[in-house]
Amino acid sequence: MKGKRKLVIAAVFLVSLHVAILCAGFVAPYSPTVQNRDFAFAPPTRIHLVDSRGSWHWRPFVYDWEPRPNAIYEYEESRSGRRPVHFFVRGAEYTVAGIFSSNLHLFGVDAPAQLFLVGTDNYGRDQFSRVLYGGQISVAAGLLATLTSLLLGLLIGCVSGFYGGWVDESAMRCVEIFLVLPWLYLLLAVRAFLPLHITPVHAFLLLVGVIGTIGWARPARLVRGIVLSVKTRKYVIASRGFGASDTYILRRHILPETYGVLLTQAALLVPQYIVAEVALSYFGLGLSEPLPSWGNLLASLQQYNVLVSCWWMFAPALALVLISFGYHEVANAFHEQLQSGST
Amino acid sequence: MLFTNNCNPAQLRHGARGTIVSRACLLCLLFAYGLTGFAAVPQPPQRGEDLLLTDNQGGRYGGTLVVAQRTEPKSLNPVTAADAPSREVIGRLMADLIHINRVSQQTEPALAKSWSMSKDGRTFTIRLRHGLRFSDGQPFDADDVVFSFQLYLDEKIHSPQRDLLIIGGKPIEVKKLDQYTVRFTLAQPYAAAERLFDSLAIMPRHLLARPYQEGKFVQAWTLASSPDEIAGMGPFRMKSYVPGQKLVLERNPYYWKMDQNKNRLPYLDELVFLSVGNEDAQMLRFVAGDTDIISRVGAENYALLSREASSRGTELFDLGPSLEYNFLVFNLNDLKSKNLDRLAAKQAWFQELKFRQAVSAAIDREGIVKLVYAGRGAPLWGNVSPSNKYWVDQSLPHPPRSVETARRLLREAGFSWRPDGQLLDRSGQPVEFSIVTSSSNAQRMKMATIIQDDLSNLGMNVHVVPLEFRALIDRVFQTYDYEASIMGLGGGDADPNPEMNVWLSTGSTHIWHLGESKPATDWESQIDQLMQKQMLALKYSERKHLYDQVQEIIGANLPCIFLATPDILIGAKKSLANFKPAVLEPNTLWNVEGLYFAQEIQASALSR
Repeated sequence: MKGKRKLVIAAVFLVSLHVAILCAGFVAPYSPTVQNRDFAFAPPTRIHLVDSRGSWHWRPFVYDWEPRPNAIYEYEESRSGRRPVHFFVRGAEYTVAGIFSSNLHLFGVDAPAQLFLVGTDNYGRDQFSRVLYGGQISVAAGLLATLTSLLLGLLIGCVSGFYGGWVDESAMRCVEIFLVLPWLYLLLAVRAFLPLHITPVHAFLLLVGVIGTIGWARPARLVRGIVLSVKTRKYVIASRGFGASDTYILRRHILPETYGVLLTQAALLVPQYIVAEVALSYFGLGLSEPLPSWGNLLASLQQYNVLVSCWWMFAPALALVLISFGYHEVANAFHEQLQSGST
Repeated sequence: MLFTNNCNPAQLRHGARGTIVSRACLLCLLFAYGLTGFAAVPQPPQRGEDLLLTDNQGGRYGGTLVVAQRTEPKSLNPVTAADAPSREVIGRLMADLIHINRVSQQTEPALAKSWSMSKDGRTFTIRLRHGLRFSDGQPFDADDVVFSFQLYLDEKIHSPQRDLLIIGGKPIEVKKLDQYTVRFTLAQPYAAAERLFDSLAIMPRHLLARPYQEGKFVQAWTLASSPDEIAGMGPFRMKSYVPGQKLVLERNPYYWKMDQNKNRLPYLDELVFLSVGNEDAQMLRFVAGDTDIISRVGAENYALLSREASSRGTELFDLGPSLEYNFLVFNLNDLKSKNLDRLAAKQAWFQELKFRQAVSAAIDREGIVKLVYAGRGAPLWGNVSPSNKYWVDQSLPHPPRSVETARRLLREAGFSWRPDGQLLDRSGQPVEFSIVTSSSNAQRMKMATIIQDDLSNLGMNVHVVPLEFRALIDRVFQTYDYEASIMGLGGGDADPNPEMNVWLSTGSTHIWHLGESKPATDWESQIDQLMQKQMLALKYSERKHLYDQVQEIIGANLPCIFLATPDILIGAKKSLANFKPAVLEPNTLWNVEGLYFAQEIQASALSR
């Protein structure tokens, strides 16, 4: 019962995070590529409820910010104009999942004030918007790569476990080779062979393809184990005795047995692949500027001064930790369910 | 080993070099220190020694100056070394005949006591200082000068300085007139010929003649060479080298400069070059007090340092814009022989002057200075930095950024816009190109990102492609397989002559169109003529007038779109006296012989 509650909490958290990332255009107040060159490395905007005269306002508000004269990357509030935070405001045009477009944003403030929830980067781009949009790339890469891996793993594992013989032998040797590969270096090597100047869509598909095709080995081996044990069960033998075909047996009796393992694997692989995408982009091998992904957002932390003086630049790392944590909780819960189901 | 004075304790210590582990040697060392308190004792001025009296005064002997280098020097051979760290060390070991003062940017006598030029501007006679000695105690005279130029001009040695000594297609002729007089004959007059001699090290014939005759000169004076084999006329001499860690120089006791009190320079006992990988690591070492100077620090790190400058006892210098110029260049190379059809189609845009003008008008140079250099830099509209006060053309226009002007220019050139804002050329092709830049240069990557955003306002679809530095150089200089690039040049001398190879149409760094057999455009042939003329003109005012015209032609035709130049930012310990960093390279150590530590810090420096 306790496990179930944890699963529900983790699942709700994950779903809301994914919805926020999917609808980044709506949740984010600004476009991720718009530069505000007067506000480079601005810290998070302060949201007030009490104004400079000490009176209380029910609607949160921000003040205008100005660069501090004769200082770099330092800003101060000018207490003159009070800009209340509005919800459902019109702003920059965006599309959600490429299907419908709108200019309605969840929240925003009146110009010239700007609301940077987690500060800005080197070009004065809103870090909060960039983290959300960056999540689209990173999470989608993780999910698609997981799907690729699991499909490949399921196919190879089933065939190998079900038919045995030389098919099994060769597939499993292949698995061993893939398991011992140092995958990060392999990713770096594969990326180095590819053309430098490719469109963002190609870069993205490539990233997914490379990450996904490398990780199929472990699920394949797990699926094979299950197939091996299931295919000798009495109801499978009986079904075969009644003249069932291979595809029928696979579909009706064997595949359903693998779902639990696949779900657990999926919950483990998604965060792992998100981190893989982040690692590749961190090294400058993923999507290029100005498109954000969590990896190239974190890459700015390679600079010493950013590392020591701009803590808000760690925001993508926090998002990464939270999403990984959520997925691991889900994987754990699945695993517990599987265990309790089998005993 | 050569002893000129057998009782010299410095030489005693010299004998113990390299075997510090041995206890006997350690005793010997202690004995040497006990006797003198210093590493190598400066020799008192001798009769007949023609020392140079400098403005330095009141300095104290002793102390060790520690500086960091990003990469290790590769060689100590002054003729073959091409990399900056090697040259930085060699510059302290060696001396030149005529030197450019890094602060006044004017020439001043060094090993040459005086010089004169014939009326036709072709012969140049140099009189050397009498009675000087190399750092190993051997005498210096005209034979060493003739020998050194023989090395620089030897084709087999491939010295990077050789090109500078070929004037009018012929190498400079060098002739010894007597023991202390040398005559240089040039094939044609050459403006500011005395500036040629700066940083050309004079080498000891007694040490290098044999390797040269045996054809082994290129292998001579490596970092692995024994310090006894290396001698120069510089303020310091080689002491020891620990690969990957540090290179230690000690005082040259025979150095030929003295201060106002007739004390022989340098003041410092030792000069140590540490190998510290990158700027961030250098920051840590400087903040920890391991190094005494940090040079060419980035603006953000400079801001971090300035917050704590007074409490840490450091002094910071913003010397203003450097002489370096960063620019965006479009590939205008002749691609007929290359198999690059898609690129050739895009060249039609790049060759359109209005296209380049539009790009230039759309770029937010102030934004680049603000975001890339954190405000510590200067925007550029020409190749000469505003800090090059003798040569910058003050009347060069500085048009402000204007997207409207850019759009008007593009419209005039036949470009149009799709409803979604994408720019189309005459044939309806979308304007899309990539900018390659070095992945190891974070500043130029940032410039590319800013330009990408600026040009998206014009509807241009620009990709930023970071490349490993060597791959970038290969594309720009060999294969021509790039569309546009952001690069940087300059920073060496303030004079226009070292810039010849960029602006002459036949120049090896004529970056936008390499390997032109004849000028591809009228304005390039105009630049050729003006640059040649200014090289032959001998009067500054005449040269300045000609070079101003060159700057105006470049500004009007924009073969390169100039962006910005960073300030030179330097930090040093406050106790380091006489420290006068300069815009010209080497920025900090140019007057190392006059540097000394004020009293209280000296003790800690010695214990280090």
